[in-house]
Formats: sequence, structure tokens, C-alpha cells
Amino acid sequence: MAEPTVAARAIEGRGPWRLVYERLRRDPAAVVSALTIVAIVLIALAAPLIASAVGHTPSTQYRDIGLSPAGIPVGPNGTFWFGTDSLGRDVFIRVVYGTRISLLAGVVSSVLAVLVGVVIGLAAGYFGGVVDTVLSRIMDVVLSLPFLVFAIALVSVAGPSLTISIGVIAFFSWASVGRIVRGQTLSLKETEYVEAARSLGAGDLRIMFVEILPNVLAPVIVYATLLIPGAIVFEATLSFLGLGVIPPTPTWGNMLSDSIAFYRVAWWFVVFPGAALLVTTLAFNLLGDSVRDAVNPHRGVGRESK
Amino acid sequence: MSAGANPDVLVRVEGLVKHFPVKTGALFGGSGEVVHAVDGVDLEIRRGETLGLVGETGCGKSTLARCIIRLLEPTSGRVVFDGQDIAGASARELRTFRSRAQLVFQDPYGSLNPRRRVGSIIGDPFEIHGVAKGGDRVERVKALMRVVGLNPEHYNRFPAEFSGGQRQRIGIARAIALQPCLVVCDEPVSALDVSIRAQILNLLGDLQAEFGLTYLFISHDLSVVEHVSDRVAVMYLGKIVEVAPAADLYAHPRHPYTAALLSAVPVADPDVADRHQRTILTGDPPSPLDPPRACRFHPRCPKAQPVCAEREPALEPRLGDGPEHTAACHFPVADGELLPTAPALAGEPWPSRP
Repeated sequence: MAEPTVAARAIEGRGPWRLVYERLRRDPAAVVSALTIVAIVLIALAAPLIASAVGHTPSTQYRDIGLSPAGIPVGPNGTFWFGTDSLGRDVFIRVVYGTRISLLAGVVSSVLAVLVGVVIGLAAGYFGGVVDTVLSRIMDVVLSLPFLVFAIALVSVAGPSLTISIGVIAFFSWASVGRIVRGQTLSLKETEYVEAARSLGAGDLRIMFVEILPNVLAPVIVYATLLIPGAIVFEATLSFLGLGVIPPTPTWGNMLSDSIAFYRVAWWFVVFPGAALLVTTLAFNLLGDSVRDAVNPHRGVGRESK
Repeated sequence: MSAGANPDVLVRVEGLVKHFPVKTGALFGGSGEVVHAVDGVDLEIRRGETLGLVGETGCGKSTLARCIIRLLEPTSGRVVFDGQDIAGASARELRTFRSRAQLVFQDPYGSLNPRRRVGSIIGDPFEIHGVAKGGDRVERVKALMRVVGLNPEHYNRFPAEFSGGQRQRIGIARAIALQPCLVVCDEPVSALDVSIRAQILNLLGDLQAEFGLTYLFISHDLSVVEHVSDRVAVMYLGKIVEVAPAADLYAHPRHPYTAALLSAVPVADPDVADRHQRTILTGDPPSPLDPPRACRFHPRCPKAQPVCAEREPALEPRLGDGPEHTAACHFPVADGELLPTAPALAGEPWPSRP
């Protein structure tokens, strides 16, 4: 019975997502940025292994070997690849551990924002009328709130933590996703295939999630990929201001914050966490651009024939 | 019309009206104007027949069809389907109705979700009405694909991988999945290549014979309607102006509008075409925002008299026709009568559609 299976597989349609994947595979920027992101994820996952291989922990203060006799941090050398900070801690291990916080905050808050934004945008666009008016005004309000003031107020009440940071980032990100989804839903709900589903007796939820959602997914995925670097920077900002993860847990944001007083004497203190932030956000941004081009190949270039 | 429960009648439309309010600005609300899309239609669809519905674009054919299957809520009037008033149906009754009346769409591209596989699109009716699950559903979908002439091995393909004719077969398979009583075909072939049309029309005919379907067949293509219909209803500006058995209507049109419409059908034989007398209507159809009073056709009608603008003619047999052939005209066209081209009533032309 092997042959029918082969035939069936040959007839299996190349879906829209399959085409997107194949376009991405031919785009060097997409491949390089995707590989970079995979490497960053691996580094985050393997942080304890890397730490034990090097023999340093992120919070230990190596005052004897990590600081000069005068108490000045040492630069990059064989023991401390990225040098040490003002307390004699290993900058390399701290950057590695900071990857975990950045990715966690970036990805989790983006996922939350996308989930909330998709549901609210679908509801606003699909039901219209009062529902749309109320939800759209809420989105307007969220988009017009000053996020730093809000974050500072919230942290002063609830105390800084990773959970609060993720919540704040998600809260300030879902509304733009909601707007995109709402706009798409407004036009998609008038399509004939939605009318066909309704004439078959499909309920509102089924029409929203089975008929409309797959068609808004493309712009949402593009936007989500571009949301992640924003969220990573957002988290770093909060940590930089002391509103995010509590020290001594290392994050790129609080490392940059600590470096302010020392960057004149210890360049490595600011360059390495800054470079990590730059490479990560750049990789996500480039991937997002490539995904956008792959999802919407007619943009800019001459139209392909159907 | 006898209001009794004639078992032959599947759908009875009584005084159906559908008005759409015109939205002008977002800020200042509606202008109070309404589009009179369907304006008092009485119609019967009989079990097992194909009722053709013809008329110009914008005359309200599709709106009427969507009111009949209750995709649109009628402004007033009744639609009685198999003895049950659909307008007053409860949610549960409506759900049952949804499995018994189906729609085949005009646009085979717009009516299939581009992101879903064909198998799951055709399987929708089974899933929504909880009829078949899992492997059983797959088998039934594949059987349906065979019935409509699709290769069941293409179950996992996407709509974009099919031609227009094949896509229309997919739409038809979806419509007949639950073996409905009524299938409304809204211009099912007008988006297709001429070479494909005959195939789809033959498929619809075969399916009707096999499953005992009743069709409401909407088209602006008179030759297609003549070919497929048992009876034909002619619609003009939201009203039915003439209903007759197909052969009768084409041989003896009574309403001047029907006569003009039929004379516009091209004749293939050039010798006959030379002798073929065409009635060319002047002007555009009036705006449905402000339709003419009484007989809607009177501003363009070559036979109109002052009474046409004052009293609305009833839809009833004219010039000794049988009860099957009814026309709404005070001055019906006699057999062989040639119509002048100019409108008979002088005066300002009626405002046409903006």
C-alpha cells in the first residue's frame, strides 16, 4: 500500500503557508536572521551549561581576580571574555543570562498582545455597531496612554518584577494588533465565502475563527515578528529605569543602566550588552521584513502571474 | 391566489419588501432615502421545478433570492418554505432551514475561502450540522466530489489550484451536501467561460434529476434561462412583471418589458437576424431610490397610457392566456405585435440611477 500514499502526497496542495516558507528559504536575509535567532534561542536555553563550562556564575563577584587592585573592572581577557563589571561580575555570563529575560519578555508579551489583539479586533470588526465603537475607543485610549508614566505608576504600586514588565508591554502592544485585525475583518466579513458560511448555518464564532481568522493571520504574523524586537527594547527600557527585573538578576537593560557611571573607563561594560540587544532586535526586524515580503510578494515588484 | 397549502408549492413569497436605507455621511446620519430593492413580490416556487428569474442588473434579483433563503431580513412580507414562515422562524427552526435551502454563488473565486482546503470547505455543511464526523465525513466529501465531477484525490488542495469551472463544482458540491430541497443559483454560470457553462448547466440538470432538487435560477442571460427553466419570472425594478412557463414566455411575451428583453437576445443566424425586429428601449432603468409610481415601466414603455402612471396593473392572465401565464400590464403585447421604440408618454425622463 505504499504507492497510493505517494500519489496522495503528490496531490496534496501547496498551501499558502508552504509558498511563504519556500519564498523565505530563498531570501538570504531571512535565512541569516532566522539562523541568528535560532542561535540566540539556543544560547538562552543553554545559559546554565555555558556558565558551568566557563566556571563562572552570573551573580558571583570575583573581587580578587575580576577587579584590579585599585578596584577598577578588568577588560576582556582569557578568563573574562567580555571583561567584568564594577562589582567584578563576569559580563559574558551576564549577557548570556540576560538573553533569557529578553527573549522571555519579548516573546511572551508579544504572544499575549497578539492573542488579545486578534480576539478584540475580530470582535470589533465582525460585530460592528456598539461593540465596535466601544472596543475601538478602548484601543484609542490605550494607544494614547503615555506608557512610561503608566509603567512607573504601576511599578510603584505593584513593585518591579518580570511579570509586571510583561504585562505592561503586552498591555501597550495589543491595541495596534487589534486595529490591524479589525480593519481586515471589516472587509473580510463582506466576502462571499463568509456569506456562504452563514447560509450553511455557521455561527458567529465559527465564521470569526474558521473563515476570517486564517485570512488575517498573514499580516498578524508579520506584525508579531516586528512586535518582538519592540518588546525586547521595551523590557530593556524598563530594566534600564529600574522598573523591570530586580537586580542582581542580569538583564541587558539593567547592565546598560549600571554601565552609565563606568563606560568612560570600561567600554566593554556598555558595548557587549548593547551589541547583544542590537543583534537580537536587528535579527527579528530583518526576519519580520522578509516575512512581510514573502507573505505579500506583489508588493513593490512586478506582479507575478496567478 | 388560493392561500391553501398546495403540496406542490415549496416556497411561497407573499408581499415581500426589502428596502435598504441609504447611508450618506458617517457624521450626519442617513438621508432618510431608501433603495427599493424588492418592492412587493409574490412568487411561488414549485417542488422539483426550475424557476428562472431574469431581469437587468440591479433589478433586485439577488436581493429577492437572499431574502428567500433569509440571508437578508425582509422589510415586510412573508416567505413560506414548506408550510413554515421563515421570517418568523426561531433560531432552531432557522438552523434546520439552513440545511434545507442552499445558495450557489455567482463568483466561484469569492465564494471559496482561499485559506482552506477544498475537502474541509465541502465538509463544512456536515461539520456545522453535526451530520458526519472523522473518516465518515471524509468519505462523504469524496463521494460528493465524485458526484460533481471532481477528482476526490484533490481533497487536500486549495481553491486557488482549481479552474473557474472546477471551483463552481466545489461550490455546487457544498450546496448539495445535505441534500437540500431548494437550491438558489445566483447567476451560477455568468462568471464562467462560455465553453464551461454548458458543463455546469448539465451538472445542475443531472443533480436535479438525481436528488429531486428545486432550483431558483437567477440570471440576466435569457438564453441560459430558457434552456434550464420550467417557468420564468421577469423582474423589473423590484417587482415581478411577468411569470409564465418558459416556452410560453419566449413565444408570447405579454409585458412590453419582457418583449423588449427578448428582442435583445442575439440571433445566431444572420439571415434571420436581418429580419429580426428589435425593440430598443430608450433611457436607463429609473433609480430604485425613487421608483416611478404605478407601473414602474411606464416612463420607458412604448405602449404606456396615462392610466399606467396612475393605477398599478395586477399580475394576472392577459389576452386569454391560461392561469399559468400572468403579466402585470394594462396594455399587454399581442402575438406578433411590433413595438415602437420611443416611450409613449412624453414628459421629463425619470431620474435614472446615480
